[in-house]
Amino acid sequence: MLVAFVQVALFTALAPLLVGVTRQVRARVEGRVGAGVLQPWRELRKLLMKQPVRARGSSWILRAGPMVVAISSLVLAALLPLVTTVGGRLAPGDLFVVVSVLLIGAVALALVGLDGGTAFGGMGSSRHMTVLALVEPTLLLAVYALSIPTGSSNIATIVDARLATPAIIVSPVGLLAMAAMIIAVMAETGRLPVDNPTTHLELTMIHEAMLLESSARDLAWLEFGSWLKLTVLLGLVGNLLAPWGVATSNDPLAVVIGMAAAVGKVLVLGAILAVAEVLLAKVRLFRVPELLAGSFVLAFLAVAVSAMVS
Amino acid sequence: MTAVSWAMLLQFAFAGLAAALALLPAERIRSVLSGAASAVMSAVGVVTGVLAMNGVTGGLQFAVAVPAVPLTFAPDRLGGLFIVLASVIGLLVAVYGAASVRGASASRTAWFALPLFLMGMQLVPAAADAVSFLLVWEAMALGSTVLLLAEHAGSSRVSSAAVWYAVMSQLSFLFILAGFGVLSAAAGGTDFSALSAVAPASPPALLAFVLLVLGFGSKAGLVPLHVWLPRAHPEAPSHVSAAMSAAMVKMGIYGILLVVVRFFPGGPDWWGIVLLVLGGGSAVYGILQASVSSDLKVLLAYSTTENVGLIVLAIGASVLLTAHGITAAAGAAMLAALLLVVSHAVFKVTLFLAAGSVLHATGERNLDHLGGLGRRMPWTAAAFGIAALGAAALPISSGFVSEWVLLQSLVHGTRVGGAAVSVIVSIAMPIVVAVVALTAGLAVLTFVKAYGIGFLARPRSAAAAGAHESSRVVRAVLIAGAAGVVLLGLVPGPLATALVSVLPASGTPIVESAGLLGVNLPGLGAVLDPLVLVILTAVLASFVIIATLRSAWRNPQRIDAFAWGGGGERAQPRMQYTATSFAEPVVRVFDDVLQPARDVEVTHAGESRYLVNRVRFSQSVTDIVESRLYRPVLTVIDRFGVVVRRIQNGSIHLYLLYSFAAVIVVLVVATL
Repeated sequence: MLVAFVQVALFTALAPLLVGVTRQVRARVEGRVGAGVLQPWRELRKLLMKQPVRARGSSWILRAGPMVVAISSLVLAALLPLVTTVGGRLAPGDLFVVVSVLLIGAVALALVGLDGGTAFGGMGSSRHMTVLALVEPTLLLAVYALSIPTGSSNIATIVDARLATPAIIVSPVGLLAMAAMIIAVMAETGRLPVDNPTTHLELTMIHEAMLLESSARDLAWLEFGSWLKLTVLLGLVGNLLAPWGVATSNDPLAVVIGMAAAVGKVLVLGAILAVAEVLLAKVRLFRVPELLAGSFVLAFLAVAVSAMVS
Repeated sequence: MTAVSWAMLLQFAFAGLAAALALLPAERIRSVLSGAASAVMSAVGVVTGVLAMNGVTGGLQFAVAVPAVPLTFAPDRLGGLFIVLASVIGLLVAVYGAASVRGASASRTAWFALPLFLMGMQLVPAAADAVSFLLVWEAMALGSTVLLLAEHAGSSRVSSAAVWYAVMSQLSFLFILAGFGVLSAAAGGTDFSALSAVAPASPPALLAFVLLVLGFGSKAGLVPLHVWLPRAHPEAPSHVSAAMSAAMVKMGIYGILLVVVRFFPGGPDWWGIVLLVLGGGSAVYGILQASVSSDLKVLLAYSTTENVGLIVLAIGASVLLTAHGITAAAGAAMLAALLLVVSHAVFKVTLFLAAGSVLHATGERNLDHLGGLGRRMPWTAAAFGIAALGAAALPISSGFVSEWVLLQSLVHGTRVGGAAVSVIVSIAMPIVVAVVALTAGLAVLTFVKAYGIGFLARPRSAAAAGAHESSRVVRAVLIAGAAGVVLLGLVPGPLATALVSVLPASGTPIVESAGLLGVNLPGLGAVLDPLVLVILTAVLASFVIIATLRSAWRNPQRIDAFAWGGGGERAQPRMQYTATSFAEPVVRVFDDVLQPARDVEVTHAGESRYLVNRVRFSQSVTDIVESRLYRPVLTVIDRFGVVVRRIQNGSIHLYLLYSFAAVIVVLVVATL
């Protein structure tokens, strides 16, 4: 129980840092100085101290939605085996539950976008929901493929099995499933090549368009929620790709090692992500389905192959 | 006479009372009294159903001259479940109707037809032989057709919808009649227990399966037999569309379950594949059409096709897995089907009744003209929102639990003890998972659109700006429905165990209650405990809420008159995204399936090609099944009709010639 809260606290602290690191790496690769890795922290503090401005006619969704986004990410941080595979069993949850918690946050964000009553917000949530609907098959098939070697869709069990027999990770099935999973995670968290987190150009933006009507603490929760989601999902990808270091007991030493390993994996993945984003261009919105169809095929192959080669 | 018999007698008595009260002259009194009698009848129906679900046998027999065998109504456990379902929906609908309907929908005919329709639905699952089944099936169809016609004076679309509905109902009836006919001929009796003695692999059983699935599938609204649904549901009075969508289409599902669970539990595996294809096709097609529809009630109607598709898909998966000996997953799939049935009934009745309240308050069901209703109709908005969670299969709703069980059964369907079982199943299951996932994703989009465009943002028309909340009774009905959605999602354990008890007993238990009334599928090693998740969420939420409150105390909000929208006060409500624009990316992505008709008309200012005066854009998405499959058939029939009309042109000479020819033919035949 306590370990799960340690994990949530760690990732809460880590999320702004991760975003700071990716921005800094990106800036350095592009030849800029960058604002420093602590800048997201300062932004959050600034936003929480400001007075929110809200449009007349906006409903409670504009106030509650951002909190739901943040809470859904916190629940993700509690459910997934990031620091330890023991804490993940706190609430009986599996990957389908995790996906549904992701969806709750996404829906709250889309409703916030619509509630402003402007063209930008609606545009953002429309695109966001379309991408989400198309990611869903890939994500669930990847989950299916990951669950086959262990016969369970419980994510902690899957990580445990990968730790015990690393051959699963490098098997063709495992690689295909991970490739599909990574594309799905990129789409889910609104990174390149699906969405550009730094743009404010109406033709291309998805995530940012939904935030335009939010200010102060509303904006803080929305930003924090999306940062935490990115961090947690990177943590998950890290533990699926390289499960070593994750704690398998509640032993304090193991937990500390687990925490260090989690921070390391997330930051390394964040840096890789930043470099990859410099090299990648955003694809056109209507080419996104093709990208997702590709990752769907990978996931489908993974399941079909693993089902036939037993 | 057992308790079930007495309860059914009471139901008949109240149905008669409701029909008699419907003839009262004063509209208000008629509505309240007849509605109340229908509600009491349905409440007694709940008792009948619960008794039958718990294994109390007995029922009613009517000795009639034709046919020689008496008509028997004796529900079994499975039938009991569907009686409970039809009765609970009937209860909500009757109360809502009594409190809200006015004008043509409250006519004597309409109030007379309602108990006929509701009683018919409550008796279909009670029928124990083919003849009584067909009789009450027709009563249900007749009652609903009359109700659908209630508003026919107001709009020509109503009568067109009624024609489509009546024709499809009769088509479905014919298929069912033929199916039962084939089975009865092979079994030598019309009793259900006699019918189930036919061997599943014998030719009559196979033919009957095809005929019955066509017949019941049409009633359930499976693609391509769904065409009546998006016409009839929107045009019927709202409480009737709620009953049709939440309860009546379930009778089609009951029929399919009758075939694959009661008559032929060991059907061949291609039955499963047929059901998977039908169900999967309906699910994806239904939700695609729903996601691009701007008419709130059409959207809900197509979403019914989607949900029915998922239910049939789950039944199909269960049949396929049973045929390949994967019993644990097969049992879970059947449980998923029943959970989906219950869950869809609860959330869809709420959605349709809430849509009815919106229609009543604004006179609009086009989402493009709605908006901002959350402020003016907070109770309706809350009920619609919660029910929409169910429809989008998000936690914590009944829809999420049922879809979770479905996915678990599919994911565990390929392997038994770590080894792959059969190639067909190994290929089918990932495809089915993908279909379910795509459906779930589009369902989320659809209901974000329905709720976000309809109830959030700013009003897009004067009608929406002047909306008012509905009466107290109506609100109570909506809240009851929404509470059901949450309750079934929060503590699914008891419901799941009750549902499994209506299925034929298998060796290992399919489901157990686990943790805080969660569900445990012991055969698959999967546990879901929504209440624990809620507690965990509440603990984590408390941090966010405390931080927000602290910040709110220090920095109170400022309400600005205008949304920023990149342009301050120039951002008019007209410039908001509408339902049509929300669905535009989906229309583009699924262009090939939806085949929308688009028209852009640009008027230039003066002679210049660069200055645009006005742009007119119109887009319509039609049901391609209707335009590609039904229209050609209808055209052929029409042409045939024109040709046939020539032999009956009104000329007395021609008719005399026919009589003469007929006499000759008779004489020739007689002399042979």
